[in-house]
Amino acid sequence: MRSMLKTTAAAIGLSALMSGSVLAEGLNGDLTIFLDTSNPAPRATMEKMIGDFQELHPDLNIKTTIIDREAYKTQIRNFLTADTPDVATWYAANRMRPYVEAGLFEDVSDLWAEPEIAENLASTKGALTIDGKQWGVPYTYYQWGVYYRKDIFADLGLSEPKTFEEEKANCQKIIDAGKKCYTIGTKYLWTAGGWFDYLNMRTNGFDFHMQLLTGQASWESDEVRATFANWRDLIDMGAFIDNHTAYSWQEALPFMVKGDAAAYLMGNFAVAPLREAGLSDDQLDFYQFPAINPNVELAEDAPTDTFHIPANASNKEAAREFLRYVVSADVQTWINDGKNLGQLPVNAKSSVDKDKFLEEGFAMLSTNSPGGVAQFFDRDAPAEMAKVAMEGLQEFMVKPDNLDKILKRLERARGRIYK
Amino acid sequence: MADISTSHDTKAESWWHKNQQKLAPWLFLAPGVLFFLVYVIFPIFQSFNISFYEWDGLGTREYVGLYNYEELYWDDAFYTSLKNNLIWLVLYLLAIPAGLFIALFLNQTVTGIRLYKSLFFFPFVISQVVVGLVFTWFYDPTFGLLNIVLAQFGLGPINVLGDENYVTTGIIIAGLWPQTAYCMILYLTGLNAVDPEQIEAGRLDGAKGGKMLWYIILPQLRPATFIAFVVTIIGALRSFDLISIMTNGGPFGASRVLSFYMFEVALSEYGFRMGYGAAIAVVLFLIMLMFIAYFLWSMYREEKAR
Repeated sequence: MRSMLKTTAAAIGLSALMSGSVLAEGLNGDLTIFLDTSNPAPRATMEKMIGDFQELHPDLNIKTTIIDREAYKTQIRNFLTADTPDVATWYAANRMRPYVEAGLFEDVSDLWAEPEIAENLASTKGALTIDGKQWGVPYTYYQWGVYYRKDIFADLGLSEPKTFEEEKANCQKIIDAGKKCYTIGTKYLWTAGGWFDYLNMRTNGFDFHMQLLTGQASWESDEVRATFANWRDLIDMGAFIDNHTAYSWQEALPFMVKGDAAAYLMGNFAVAPLREAGLSDDQLDFYQFPAINPNVELAEDAPTDTFHIPANASNKEAAREFLRYVVSADVQTWINDGKNLGQLPVNAKSSVDKDKFLEEGFAMLSTNSPGGVAQFFDRDAPAEMAKVAMEGLQEFMVKPDNLDKILKRLERARGRIYK
Repeated sequence: MADISTSHDTKAESWWHKNQQKLAPWLFLAPGVLFFLVYVIFPIFQSFNISFYEWDGLGTREYVGLYNYEELYWDDAFYTSLKNNLIWLVLYLLAIPAGLFIALFLNQTVTGIRLYKSLFFFPFVISQVVVGLVFTWFYDPTFGLLNIVLAQFGLGPINVLGDENYVTTGIIIAGLWPQTAYCMILYLTGLNAVDPEQIEAGRLDGAKGGKMLWYIILPQLRPATFIAFVVTIIGALRSFDLISIMTNGGPFGASRVLSFYMFEVALSEYGFRMGYGAAIAVVLFLIMLMFIAYFLWSMYREEKAR
């Protein structure tokens, strides 16, 4: 631990020297940090990380406030305008747009100009950029993909599908065996957004997907209809569990644990509860969502969580130093390892923990996602559009015949929201 | 010295003395009036004002006139919410007869009646959130008690909270459980005040059962019925907690009511339309105003009749 601290300190010192900012004087004053990492494991990780930062800067008076993750999403509006912290967590891409446009986040392009960050964080720069400027730094991200029951696949003689045809053939065999192919809980809507992300990116490619979510493409276009037609194939087969509208994503986990459903399209955070529920790594495995249209490049969802400096912060110098510390290679390595956040580090010089899913996910995102990396449906689309659209997606999953009505509604919403 | 000061104060003091009787009530009322103005009356006008703007709650407001109301007119989700509000208003009133009959049933003297009464009152004491969670598990399509029982009769499974046709009724039934208990307690206190001599007189005249209830007991329970009616109507219009806990407005918005829809568009995770939310609030306020006016009018009439 000691040695790691020293190297971290050295790395920071070095980066500071290169960027030319004054560090030797040491930081002082108050530093208020607001976090939304309210789950036990991330909470402990963050507290430890802030403790380490405190040791490096003993004169700094750090105050940390941890807010429930869901409550944070509504409280952020209040605390960015009054009683503002110096550092706050949030999400990348369009999810930060309202606050950027209202002038509530600090422009941190200067940090991104420093070579230490510019070189090592290049892969996530796009997600933090709005209007050509950067508004925060990432601290973790995670892959999405299909988590499946390896033992069920083995029993039925199935292998990981590479194409949508294989996927559907596999699914038919699973259904014939009296099980469901996919578990899902759409009570809170966003899980359906994940399915749409993948089906649309595989059918029409990353660029079209982004055009659609940023309001430049029509919801009533043929491309979108093709995506829904593919989705409908699965729905008509009975691939998804019944009554998914009544469940949250956590409540949908037991179907997979009990073996009633064979797979789950989810983010990597689903691995921890599945393991806790008793599935061993021999029973649980991961594959990349298969190709649908061979002419489009594979693209992935990898939501990024971020740190920002509110525009009204009082100790911006210390806040910048904290951001530099968070993204430094060593800190990135340990906060994202299997014992802590269990996700992927954003710094290219960090190492990924020896965990089957993290290694596979990292390889997938760095070598097999040529089309691009999306954030997620409700982070790429503006909040209002995401809400209306995900409701439509949920309705489609239950009543695929309503598609025309749904698309008309979304098109009308598009006309209103993107002006 | 003292003489001088009194003579100096006489004028002011006499004015105070003359008007003390008139001023005192206003002084005592002042704190209440002040808070009522700041937290109830001004926000109502603010809502009216904000409903004419397009505003994300962060940036600058843009005046759009009646545009938000025009949007409401075209919004299917608004009509779903409005319809659900009406269903709530009608079905929630079932709590009144249900509460009355439980109260009549419990209005007897047997050993341990206090315990039974408390048990019946129990659902009103526990939080709405707990009621919502209990019913969510009860309705669970795979593991819930309801569907296990239905399966015994070879029926089901019914996905109550995931089906747009059943969901509102399902939530209202959950809401009726505590509301019935509330009405019951109102009627139990009312029954204590029923005049035994009138019952005696009614018996002598041969009134029994239903007739006794309708012509002798119920008229005496009028004040209790009025209060039960008021609290139930208000309860139905502010049905928010249960919807938020049990379905979060879903599936695809089928269980929303106006108050929940307002919260969703203006204040929830994805909501940034303060003006639109305010427009919904104004509509909800106008609906409530009809009931409030009716209640005030009937109270006024009652006062006059005395």
